[in-house]
Amino acid sequence: MATPTTDGKSTHDVHGGLPIPRRAANRPVPGAELLRGWYRELVLIREFEIRCMQAYQDKKIGGFCHVYIGQEAVAVGCVAALKPQDPLVTAYRDHGHALARGMTARACMAEMFGRVDGCAKGKGGSMHMFDREHNLFGGHGIVGAQTPLGAGLAFATKYEDEVLNNGKSSRVTLCFLGDGALNQGAFHEALNLAGLMNLPVIFVVENNGYSMGTSIHRGTTQSHDLSSKALGYGIDSAVIDGMNLLEVYHGMKDVVEKCRRESRPAFVDMRCYRYKGHSMSDPRKYRTRDEEELWEQGDPIGIFEKFILDQGAITPDQIKALQKEVKAEVRDAVDFADNSPVPPMSDLYHDVYREPWGRYTGTSEPRMYGGALNPPTFRATREGDGLI
Amino acid sequence: MSATQEIEFRDAIRDAMSEEMRRDKRVMLIGEEVAEYNGAYKVSRGMLDEFGPRRIIDTPISESGFAGMAIGAAMLGLRPVVEFMSWSFSLVAADPILNNAPKMLFMSGGQFGCPIVFRGNDGAGGQLGSTHSWSVEGLFSNVPGIKIVIPSTPADAKGLMKTAIRDDDPVFFLESERLLGMKGEVPVGEDVLVKFGQACVRREGTDCTIASWGRPVHFCMEAAEALAKEGISCEVLDLRTIRPLDIGAIERSVRKTSNLVIVDQSWSFGSPGSEVAAQIHQRCFDDLDNHVHRVHAEDVPAPYAFNLEQEYLPNTRKICEAVRSATYNA
Repeated sequence: MATPTTDGKSTHDVHGGLPIPRRAANRPVPGAELLRGWYRELVLIREFEIRCMQAYQDKKIGGFCHVYIGQEAVAVGCVAALKPQDPLVTAYRDHGHALARGMTARACMAEMFGRVDGCAKGKGGSMHMFDREHNLFGGHGIVGAQTPLGAGLAFATKYEDEVLNNGKSSRVTLCFLGDGALNQGAFHEALNLAGLMNLPVIFVVENNGYSMGTSIHRGTTQSHDLSSKALGYGIDSAVIDGMNLLEVYHGMKDVVEKCRRESRPAFVDMRCYRYKGHSMSDPRKYRTRDEEELWEQGDPIGIFEKFILDQGAITPDQIKALQKEVKAEVRDAVDFADNSPVPPMSDLYHDVYREPWGRYTGTSEPRMYGGALNPPTFRATREGDGLI
Repeated sequence: MSATQEIEFRDAIRDAMSEEMRRDKRVMLIGEEVAEYNGAYKVSRGMLDEFGPRRIIDTPISESGFAGMAIGAAMLGLRPVVEFMSWSFSLVAADPILNNAPKMLFMSGGQFGCPIVFRGNDGAGGQLGSTHSWSVEGLFSNVPGIKIVIPSTPADAKGLMKTAIRDDDPVFFLESERLLGMKGEVPVGEDVLVKFGQACVRREGTDCTIASWGRPVHFCMEAAEALAKEGISCEVLDLRTIRPLDIGAIERSVRKTSNLVIVDQSWSFGSPGSEVAAQIHQRCFDDLDNHVHRVHAEDVPAPYAFNLEQEYLPNTRKICEAVRSATYNA
């Protein structure tokens, strides 16, 4: 197997963690249709990300682009364990979450391309996928910044259910973060508040072993047992195999149900691996090719494909047809994005404020500073002119 | 004319919050010591008794955490009022308040707004030293997507706070510890609001406009009184909000007086004061008899010693000197 390194750790021992409990073996197998649907989502995310990488090379996508290849089972399995009305918030490696949540490949790709048909009208980009219809509250670019937001979403659902509607807290919030966020202050403050206030939020650490080029052992104390982070805040935790969709689904199902029932936060150490670099410019010199190959042998799509074939939930021909269909869907998304118009210049000035002058101002055609180039509100400065 | 009652500045803020909480159950107050302690500065006195711990929420000393949490709650539809005991402490929450709240609407393409009010003490208190004396308007007015309110009277504090809570955008509401005990006539009634972006003429005059906001407005009034004895007639404008900025009101006043002194308690470099000066030089180039004069906090960290702090801040003497210089009466 792997070559031992000087510190005694094998090169594939990315997490160096405690053993991962197995849950799926004792559970009833979900129906064939559900399994096929999940498989399709896995393949869709993988294909979408491959196309993103190509489009990035073709300079169709700008800025930062973090692909999700290798971690697909996490998004698909976690979302499968949720209800549609449960809020979800995540970090910047967010395309997989958006697609798993139900955003169309077209809206997602058009956003990547910076086009007007993108989910955020081309104003968010790769790191900022938002989808109100599917309760996706972003896509956040600053490491750890989404963790207090996740606590706040849970605070709000609980407040709505209990204070506004005199009922019982019914929704849970899923807040994804990377293992790098474990070392941000915001994460610790969010856990403390969630623990204190009994907020129904689940912090899912997508522990792929690396925060950019820094292995978790170099950046995080107690990396072999991240549950100790949650323990300090009185929060229960679980370790889940993020490379195995069924393990993710069943593991998260337990966590979600408990969180919903008890209205208490939870913490999940989701062990996974990203096959590609941190971003498109990452040559991955901080890890060995051996390590990558070992993890590729445990490809989440391969594992799940074998499982559903063994179950008889799908035939090899159906798999071929499905892959072809998904390829066509993503190709269509790329064409759609490519043909979608760039945002109009006037969009630059919209969505800065909902109501620039407040609900109660009666001033006509006021201007906020920065809107001077916006044709509908441009006026020369004369007596009686309003605001900047 | 609606009826008024004489109350303290802090109670005006409290009344505004309480009235809005009675009106809209989505409004809640969160921050350090706001509930059981009745507010570090007694602004939220009595609110826990009336609204209970579900809506008046004590937090640990964890600004980044609770500010971010309140922003998440606002995204989902609540209307939180977040108290920073001091705006100086908001600096540890810079990422949520500057990187999340003002950008959420824009980067989500209009899908998720952030109807939230952050409020607390701003500016020098009394000998609080270098780290607790921030005038954050100097930093934060640079950021699009937020509204900045700085009241100088109890009546404005109430009316502007009510507008802030009903506003659908993030509002930074900057109070002054030194004004919280000030008494003033405040309109009674739920629907007496003060619009954003409307400056108020505190004193009419013909020789020089003095534009200010927040606590220094009172120094401007003292200066105007003193200068009147020297035969200089000053018009004092209280801008009340910095974003939106009622540049039109300053412009109209400057066309009348031909002189402008800006009094801004933040540091001068890249400040609201420098922005107003640039705008007025552009808009009133031919109307000005002199360049725009500015009185700011001195360009040093806030000192502790009483005499140094007095000299550090904009004060009546410095305002008088600036007006004399602007009107060639130096």
